Amino acid sequence: MTEPGLKDIWVYLSASPLMGLTITLVAYGLAFRLYQRSNGHPLANPVVTSVLLLIGLLLATGTPYSDYFEGGQFVHFLLGPATVALAVPLYQQLSRLRQLWLPVAISLVAGVVIAATSSIGLARLFGGSLEIQMSLAPKSATAPVAMGISEKIGGLPSLTAVLVVTTGIIGAVLGTKLFEWVRVRDDAARGIAMGVAAHGIGTARAFQVNNQMGAFSGLAMALSAFATALVVPWLVDLMETWLPV
Amino acid sequence: MQFLNGITLLLVYQLVGEITVRLFALPIPGPVLGMVMLFATLAIRGGTPAAVDHASSTLLSHLSLLFVPAGVGMMAHFDRIAAEWLPITLTLFLSTIVTMVATAIVMQVTTRWLTGNARETQEADHD
Repeated sequence: MTEPGLKDIWVYLSASPLMGLTITLVAYGLAFRLYQRSNGHPLANPVVTSVLLLIGLLLATGTPYSDYFEGGQFVHFLLGPATVALAVPLYQQLSRLRQLWLPVAISLVAGVVIAATSSIGLARLFGGSLEIQMSLAPKSATAPVAMGISEKIGGLPSLTAVLVVTTGIIGAVLGTKLFEWVRVRDDAARGIAMGVAAHGIGTARAFQVNNQMGAFSGLAMALSAFATALVVPWLVDLMETWLPV
Repeated sequence: MQFLNGITLLLVYQLVGEITVRLFALPIPGPVLGMVMLFATLAIRGGTPAAVDHASSTLLSHLSLLFVPAGVGMMAHFDRIAAEWLPITLTLFLSTIVTMVATAIVMQVTTRWLTGNARETQEADHD
């Protein structure tokens, strides 16, 4: 940057919410177009592409994350109302839910317990610090819920947010292949697994496959958010009693 | 106006959720309680008002976008992630795969056991 004028404008803009908000929407717009061009290939997941684009841009311009988040927070904030909004698809599936409530309840509890114990257990096994273990524990729940739990059990909420997004991406990218391998073909079962393991990002992917899988994934994500919030703090206590570090 | 009404209602439920959680020191996050309360309202009312339906489907159709700012947060944690990248990476992959496969199998098996063969549908992709 040889031109002082341009640099001044950048310094001014990078600290204003306008910049962070606009680049988030532009990056997502580009990433979504790329995703459509690739015919919905899981590796072209729009979250991955836009996150990489934005990190690249911020590093190249030396903009700190806190400056970016001045604008990014407006998008981030919508996770709250979006969580409340999940009540609507959940309600629309009420009749299917009545019919399948027992298998759904059993799978949900199994999934939530496996997600949390395997996170803590594996992180411990591979030598992760206690803070990392606790930040990983709620990683399969949707971001606002996971961040709240992480804070309660001694993790780092902002790190948990990153781990939650990464988990969602891994689930969305690998999900359909995994279901083929283990020969699970029922859309209700695939949707429930996607929502339990990979929350909203998995749900977005499930809706790309078909509506039934998406609805069940949304249902699982909503219910597992609730179950995770109730079960994980208690599970952490239990693990600390029986498997002290 | 309809979208505005819908989003307002979602925010009101979130707010009531947040207040209730704090008031009674509940272990669940406010938006989750808000979701449960909205679900209960819809079930009692017996239908979704058009405004709520509109606002909710608009928000949920761009759900991926809402995760982007949190994902960019990775750059604020580069040091931490670099220091413990091996346990983090292994745990993320293995735990997500195990959870997904186990949940799918449990759901498939319990559905067959508990609801008989009534739901042997959706043989979407044959080998």
